[in-house]
Amino acid sequence: FQDQAEQFFRSGHTNNWAVLVCTSRFWFNYRHVANTLSVYRSVKRLGIPDSHIVLMLADDMACNPRNPKPATVFSHKNMELNVYGDDVEVDYRSYEVTVENFLRVLTGRIPPSTPRSKRLLSDDRSNILIYMTGHGGNGFLKFQDSEEITNVELADAFEQMWQKRRYNELLFIIDTCQGASMYERFYSPNIMALASSQVGEDSLSHQPDLAIGVHLMDRYTFYVLEFLEEIHPASQTNMNDLFQVCPKSLCVSTPGHRTDLFQRDPQNVLITDFFGSVRKVEITTETISLDRDVAGFESK
Amino acid sequence: AAPVQVQLVVPMAVVFGPGSVPGDLPRPLPFRDVQEMEISVNLRTSVTSRYEMLYRSTTGQEEAALAAATAREADAALHPLQDTTLGSLTVYVVPETSSLLPQGIKVYVGKHRSALVRAGGSLAALQAQLREVAQVMSFTASSIAAALSDRVPDGQLSPDARRYLKSSLGYEITFSLLNPDPKSHTVDWDIEGAVNRYVKPVLDKLSLVANFSVDSQILYYAVLGVTPRYDKESSSFLLSAHSLPHVINPVEARLGSSAASLYPVLNFLLYVPERSHSPLYIQDKDGAPVSTNAFHSPRWGGIMVYNVEAPASSQASLPLHVDVDMARVMEVFLAQLRLLFGLSREEVPPEFLLERPGNEGLADWELDHLLWAHTVENIATVSTTLTSLAQLLDKIGNIVIKDDVASEVYRAVDSVQSAVTELSLGHLHAAFQASKEAITSSEKAFFDPSLLHLLYFPDDQKFAIYIPLFLPMAVPILLSLAKIVRETRQCKKEPTKMD
Repeated sequence: FQDQAEQFFRSGHTNNWAVLVCTSRFWFNYRHVANTLSVYRSVKRLGIPDSHIVLMLADDMACNPRNPKPATVFSHKNMELNVYGDDVEVDYRSYEVTVENFLRVLTGRIPPSTPRSKRLLSDDRSNILIYMTGHGGNGFLKFQDSEEITNVELADAFEQMWQKRRYNELLFIIDTCQGASMYERFYSPNIMALASSQVGEDSLSHQPDLAIGVHLMDRYTFYVLEFLEEIHPASQTNMNDLFQVCPKSLCVSTPGHRTDLFQRDPQNVLITDFFGSVRKVEITTETISLDRDVAGFESK
Repeated sequence: AAPVQVQLVVPMAVVFGPGSVPGDLPRPLPFRDVQEMEISVNLRTSVTSRYEMLYRSTTGQEEAALAAATAREADAALHPLQDTTLGSLTVYVVPETSSLLPQGIKVYVGKHRSALVRAGGSLAALQAQLREVAQVMSFTASSIAAALSDRVPDGQLSPDARRYLKSSLGYEITFSLLNPDPKSHTVDWDIEGAVNRYVKPVLDKLSLVANFSVDSQILYYAVLGVTPRYDKESSSFLLSAHSLPHVINPVEARLGSSAASLYPVLNFLLYVPERSHSPLYIQDKDGAPVSTNAFHSPRWGGIMVYNVEAPASSQASLPLHVDVDMARVMEVFLAQLRLLFGLSREEVPPEFLLERPGNEGLADWELDHLLWAHTVENIATVSTTLTSLAQLLDKIGNIVIKDDVASEVYRAVDSVQSAVTELSLGHLHAAFQASKEAITSSEKAFFDPSLLHLLYFPDDQKFAIYIPLFLPMAVPILLSLAKIVRETRQCKKEPTKMD
């Protein structure tokens, strides 16, 4: 019976990638960096290695001169959870987080000199999680306070990825004001999207911390982080539970989601299909037989 | 996806040994025949297989070779007399009563590109047998469908079918030794010697398919992500099949990969369990211990657990010195390498006897298997890439195509056309090389950094930018134009009045 259940939930992916983007700079946007780092932490904890995570942070909060607790980024007042940790690997930092670089990472049109850690080397069997946070509006997301990415460009970038089969399934999560407008224009198959607020609504932040002096996290991501802390690599929790996270009573805004482009039923999609890295394994039953008396080659 | 129509031609020679010619031949030997079969993948992709068969009788030398005592010797003797071009097959038909093939075996497949088949009486029965042999030794409908897996409608292929390594220009192989308990075990593995002695011959044979690079490392204090269960009956530790998917992740973060290469990485891990968890066995789904004590993950690599024998006396001084039996380890790793590429011998019909490939790791016909699948996959990928590039350029009118991108596109088109032509002529090697060139060119063109379409202007933004700029300028211009027109008209009327 368990075998049947396994088959039922099985998606066709063999590896997982995550692209986590924080698009805001300046100290008062501390919460956006904390949002991204919380998702980064959950994704690493559930098994995705750094080599498969592209982390883009537009500003440095941990070592910001205004940070009273240097080398930390907290997600909750009373400083319960330091999401910066000991082994964070930021791939695109500070001014490298631009719309151009983001689109280059997604579509793969990267200059040949780019190191491996800055590339999204996904294939047709990769499930990709894309998380974006920052300030946004109806149909756009602001990068670095100087440029924006529109929902049409994003949809086209995903279509480019689909054409080149750079993903098997894609989960897009966005935590900004009017976030649902960013997924309105998607038209490529196998994409599921979640947003923290509908068009016309603002996403609000969670509590401020008086010692640090800024708001630490946004509400939607705060509750998502709480939800993810309960997940472990073998959990069977599915996407329908993620859709219930942060109802209007807690979030003030109405989170939205879009599943019409996705082929599987969200109930059969495990959280770990995107946030973790559960590999398919097969027992090796065949061996070959080697002739042990082979004369060794001289090592060159 | 772009329409793809490919014809796969396999030149096949069917050689009748003395006493094996069926009675109902349509024409006297030698004669040619063709068998075609359609493998339909979807509405726009069709692959036809065409076996061009030449039926003839044996030459004197071949007869002498077939008089050998065993099938293996006969195969070795026949090898220099055969057509050894990639993709071709030679089938020798031996009489029904021949002792070359053991009892109950109808077909013997050798290490190269030939097979021995027991005569079956009528030509029709023989042809059915030949069809089976040809499919085992070249390609089947399912292997072609797996190569074209991204075109097959989702419902028709099981998720398992897309698990073989994708065709790539190169692969990076990393051997890692994991020693979580260096206080108890000092593990010595002669990886350099093992690579030179066992791995190099296999990779040399596969060098036709792709470039391989090999490296190795030793990781200390690297533990598996799962705690094994102690089993009292066998007084050993067991890892159940359900826990295996979670084993790899904690280790993967430490494995690393070459920063310079973009090729897919295949990791082979040898894990020496801690003294407190020895001996450690892997259990399959039915609870039985696995004889190889190894498992692999598609498109990733394999892990083998190497148990250290408990020392004779419990007072032995730690750390124990362990000399790894590299031959045993490489037998498993190379088998896993074959499985990752999709070369499995498990689905062969029971009356077939396959010769073991020995230290080369794979038979010539298995190499052909890979080449057929990869060539078809490359051709399909190139056509999809070029079509989507054309669609992109249609949609975004203001992208500039540089000259070198254009020349890569032309080169890709030429190469893929040449690959399809070579396939239809039966030249597998040339077709594969052409398909590799096509892939290189098309990927270079598609992923050129200059093709970035950042210039999306929605209509309302166009109005918002240009109207405030041009409207204030346009108003005085239009007004003065109107004034000029009025004055000219008045001037024309006035002269008639003054007179």
